[in-house]
Amino acid sequence: MQLTNRAAPVDRRPMTWLEKIYLWNILKGMAITFSHLFKRRPTINYPEQKRSFSKVFRGLHVLNRDEEGRERCTACGLCAVACPAEAITMEAAERQAGEEKLYREEKYAAKYEINMLRCIFCGLCEEACPKDAIYLSQTFAPANYARKGFIYKKEDLLIPNPLTDPEGYKKALGEKAEKN
Amino acid sequence: MQLLAIDWFLILEKFLLVGFIVTLSLIIAMYTTYAERKIAAWLQDRRGPNRAGPFGILQPLADGGKLFFKEEIIPLASSRFLFILGPSLAMLTATLTSAVIPWGGNLHIFGRDVPLQIADVNIGILYVFGVVSLGVYGIMIGGWASNNKFSLLAAIRGASQMISYELAMGLSLIAVLMLTGTLQMSGIVGNQTSGSNIWHVFLQPLGFIIFFICALAECNRTPFDLPEAENELNFGYHQEYSSMKLGFYLFAEYINMFISSAVISTLFFGGYDILPFVDETKWGLSNNLLTILGFAALMAKTFFFLFVFIWIRWTIPRFRYDQLMNLGWKKLIPLALANMIITAAIVLWLKK
Repeated sequence: MQLTNRAAPVDRRPMTWLEKIYLWNILKGMAITFSHLFKRRPTINYPEQKRSFSKVFRGLHVLNRDEEGRERCTACGLCAVACPAEAITMEAAERQAGEEKLYREEKYAAKYEINMLRCIFCGLCEEACPKDAIYLSQTFAPANYARKGFIYKKEDLLIPNPLTDPEGYKKALGEKAEKN
Repeated sequence: MQLLAIDWFLILEKFLLVGFIVTLSLIIAMYTTYAERKIAAWLQDRRGPNRAGPFGILQPLADGGKLFFKEEIIPLASSRFLFILGPSLAMLTATLTSAVIPWGGNLHIFGRDVPLQIADVNIGILYVFGVVSLGVYGIMIGGWASNNKFSLLAAIRGASQMISYELAMGLSLIAVLMLTGTLQMSGIVGNQTSGSNIWHVFLQPLGFIIFFICALAECNRTPFDLPEAENELNFGYHQEYSSMKLGFYLFAEYINMFISSAVISTLFFGGYDILPFVDETKWGLSNNLLTILGFAALMAKTFFFLFVFIWIRWTIPRFRYDQLMNLGWKKLIPLALANMIITAAIVLWLKK
């Protein structure tokens, strides 16, 4: 059965004199390799040059804060429910008096963990979140020697505080800053 | 007071020249490894070493340093003395050949004519052949002393390959010798620079091709690198070697490449002659400047051949062993013989 129309019959003609002496074919081959000297090299000098991600790239998760530096997450658990890989776990806690500067609403996530080995970076958590508290950034998880290192805690995920570290906040927000 | 009836300046001059040439060939061999990797990368659309220093030019130093600091292993079952002798011989024979190559004309310094050639012996090219054949021992002894089947197989392969190709090499050379009538290297160059200044490659194109192919085989370069066939013999005769002894083997290969490029340039491309069909002495340049330019010309030719060596390596796959022997004995030797006889006939006919 013919699957494609690209199949070509094998050339089984006896070699011509020119092919038999082999030297000519070697020269042809060398011409081919020589032409590669002038070809553009597709390699990027990685640590110095980085290839930019696409606009819709879904990378590491970031837990967002509002403009006053308060955590947006209310530990509603919708992201965990939406997560097809079941990579998200959290524990809720009640905001105490005096913690209004830290948490936006009365309930907050005392513990928030994402297992980056399970995560498939589908972005459903971002879509599920009613509080705009989680989004996927433009970076990916760096390599680690232990599995433990891939379970990202809340400290790893939280965005820098825009009041104390505005530059870090801007940087972590990345392309999202222009979107919002 | 006359100490001895020896021209002490001659000895000093020769020592300086030896030091210069050996250092030069070591440095060039070092940077040939770099060129090899870089050109290989370019031919394969890669970038090659570019981390050590600007453009990676410190890469050979890094490689050498790595080799120096590696653990020196002498296998228990090996023959200790021969195991060390092998790489030493390889290195020795590789550097010995540079003695008879004329690297340039005469330099005129301090009222003395200093020829840029260490020893202008009248059997120059025979000396080259003799020393090159000694190079087989480096491989053979190394392979034998390792007490390893793969190494021994590779050593036998290497030895038989080098002996087979030396025949064709010698035969193709005889045609050149018939044109020059001398074995002296400076005489061979002189034959190409005097008269109408014709390089031997124009008179002996077939001889050149045969000689070049044989030179590839003598240097164990692809497509004739069967002694170190990685996939069949996992590294061949230097499999058991580590540290600088391995480095010596690898280094000797590159020095051999450099020397054989220089020999090819000398025999077929006019040596230190700058341009064919042109009499350089009519340019009105001073003698010393011309000599230095000639040296540069020889280096340029040598580098070109080094490039071709590398270029061939990264283009052509390795021969099978039977193909290698077929090519050597059934193709190159008859061709070289025919070339020799035709040249002899023409030389005789022209003399009459």
